[in-house]
Amino acid sequence: MNIISKPSKDNIKSYLPTGITLVFLSLLDVFVNAFFNYDLLGFFPSQISYFSPLIFGFIGLYLIRIEFSGIRSLDILNKNINSNNFNAFLTLLTLFILIKSIPPLLNWFILDANFVGNTKEDCTGDGACWVFIKVWFNRFMYGLYPDAEQWRINTAFLILFAIVGVSFFVSAKLKKYFILFLIFIYPFLGIELISGGGFGLKYVETAAWGGLSLTFIISAFAILFCFPIGVFLALGRRSSLPAIRYISIGFIELWRGVPLITVLFMSAVMFPMFLPDGTFIDKLIRVLIAITLFEAAYMAEVVRGGLQALPKGQYEAAKSLGMGYWRMNALIILPQALKLVIPGIANTLLALVKDTPLIFVVGLMELAGMIGLAKTNPKWLGMAMEGYVFAGLVFWIICYAMSRYSQNLEKKLSTER
Amino acid sequence: MGKIIELKKVNKWFDKFQVLKDIDLEVAPQEKIVICGPSGSGKSTLIRCINRLEEHQEGNIIVDGTELAENTKNIEKIRAEVGMVFQQFNLFPHLSILDNCTLAPIWVKKLPKKEAEEVAMKNLTRVQIDDQALKFPGQLSGGQQQRAAIARALCMEPKIMLFDEPTSALDPEMIKEVLDVMVDLAKGGMTMIVVTHEMGFAKEVADYMIFMDEGKIVERAKTKEFFENPKSDRTKLFLSQIL
Repeated sequence: MNIISKPSKDNIKSYLPTGITLVFLSLLDVFVNAFFNYDLLGFFPSQISYFSPLIFGFIGLYLIRIEFSGIRSLDILNKNINSNNFNAFLTLLTLFILIKSIPPLLNWFILDANFVGNTKEDCTGDGACWVFIKVWFNRFMYGLYPDAEQWRINTAFLILFAIVGVSFFVSAKLKKYFILFLIFIYPFLGIELISGGGFGLKYVETAAWGGLSLTFIISAFAILFCFPIGVFLALGRRSSLPAIRYISIGFIELWRGVPLITVLFMSAVMFPMFLPDGTFIDKLIRVLIAITLFEAAYMAEVVRGGLQALPKGQYEAAKSLGMGYWRMNALIILPQALKLVIPGIANTLLALVKDTPLIFVVGLMELAGMIGLAKTNPKWLGMAMEGYVFAGLVFWIICYAMSRYSQNLEKKLSTER
Repeated sequence: MGKIIELKKVNKWFDKFQVLKDIDLEVAPQEKIVICGPSGSGKSTLIRCINRLEEHQEGNIIVDGTELAENTKNIEKIRAEVGMVFQQFNLFPHLSILDNCTLAPIWVKKLPKKEAEEVAMKNLTRVQIDDQALKFPGQLSGGQQQRAAIARALCMEPKIMLFDEPTSALDPEMIKEVLDVMVDLAKGGMTMIVVTHEMGFAKEVADYMIFMDEGKIVERAKTKEFFENPKSDRTKLFLSQIL
């Protein structure tokens, strides 16, 4: 007969409290160790005290693994994180790692971090020097755009947010005009406002643009243009006309096969050599075209995936109703295909946003580029960590918002109810 | 009486395999023709050639006075006159039943939206699913979907209706509701070519029966004669298995 009987409903009264106590002790040990650097079980030999939380926790979890205990929360717990010894082990390990890693992170980010001051010398603590971000914030947002003119960028983005915000509350019919305005008129209005030169606004050359606002400008334009081009390329690749098909295939494979950094470099450095003397295309525009075409090739393949997933019957039904090629694609095929590949489209667009820092190779500096510049300033050496953590956070917020939006869109458009 | 569909010596190959061999067929307005035959005999291919979902390589196909050929410019116009109902319904899943019915009239026939909706509701009422108009295809049963597909085709007010095994993908208990709609349509005077194995339906509505095997029309006869006194042995064998 076993000395220790298996945990069951019969011995729940003694096993459950013992088990909970042991698990609690084990977590407490790790917690105290991590936050106060004090070893509760230090009186044991070091080998034992090192593994003691694991042993305690493991035994504790074993004792509370009672099948059909009748206590709902315990049953859920057992089913999800304590279903067998291996799971119990993984659960403990995860908890320990979490507890162990939180204090140093918390210290670096907040507790030991420096928020006040204006120079690097004000950062005396061990943690992050957020003063760096604070002092350079303006540059990170606007690049080298003159301070006095920055209201123009703010206004452009405020108008954008206002239109988007209002469009959520207007009727469907009015919304259509809002969207048309946003796609066909606003981009040029915004660029005019930011670049200036007309309406009594001072001209600001694109070399001075930068920071997060440039990230937004490049992303927005590239997304706006790469999407329709990608759709046409995808249709072209499936066209029955050989000339169109081979041109599409050639274009897609060429752009997909070349690294973006190469494309950007060529657009900025090599392309002007082929232009006749005296002609000049702005560097930012060349870069924009390069990114747009590059991402359009990826977009084309994503969309083609959706086109191929549609059953042949959809094409035949559309044709049998007398629809020609364009009506069939615009009304029947693309709405379904694009809906199918929303996750893939979101993927490509997120990658596009995160590819924008690569424009540093041609001397344009968006957010990450400005941080790269700031960290090499002699007065602010050694701030790379703070800078890139900040950049990571900002990019994550942008990308997560886009990701959530795509998920909402997917849900909204789902008709398989 | 003039012919609305004429096929003369039509031949078609899928690569090297010949699916249609010297098909001759004439259909007068308001005639109902049922095509039957074993699977792989070319029945579906034949009717798909009539609205050029499949292209034939030899011979002539003339639909309502227009010959279908490589350079036919107005193929969309012909297709708009020829309604087609598929085995797999092929409703557009991203649109409601009503939108399924109004889409082509609005965009192809340039009907005003309101008028298109009236026509759609009339036809949906005719197939008795007017109460489902605002639902999406995925929410309907197979029989309802197929009736919606018939209504969608009718909304283009076609001169000819082609049915490609309209009941083969349905549960037995839903077959009747679809056949009832087709019988009603036949009695309304529509020109119909139906590929089906529903011999009861054939006996009720067909003017002519066509039996196909291995890409050839083996037998073409008046319905009564076809069932009571088939001439070819192949037809007899087929009928003995199916009836």
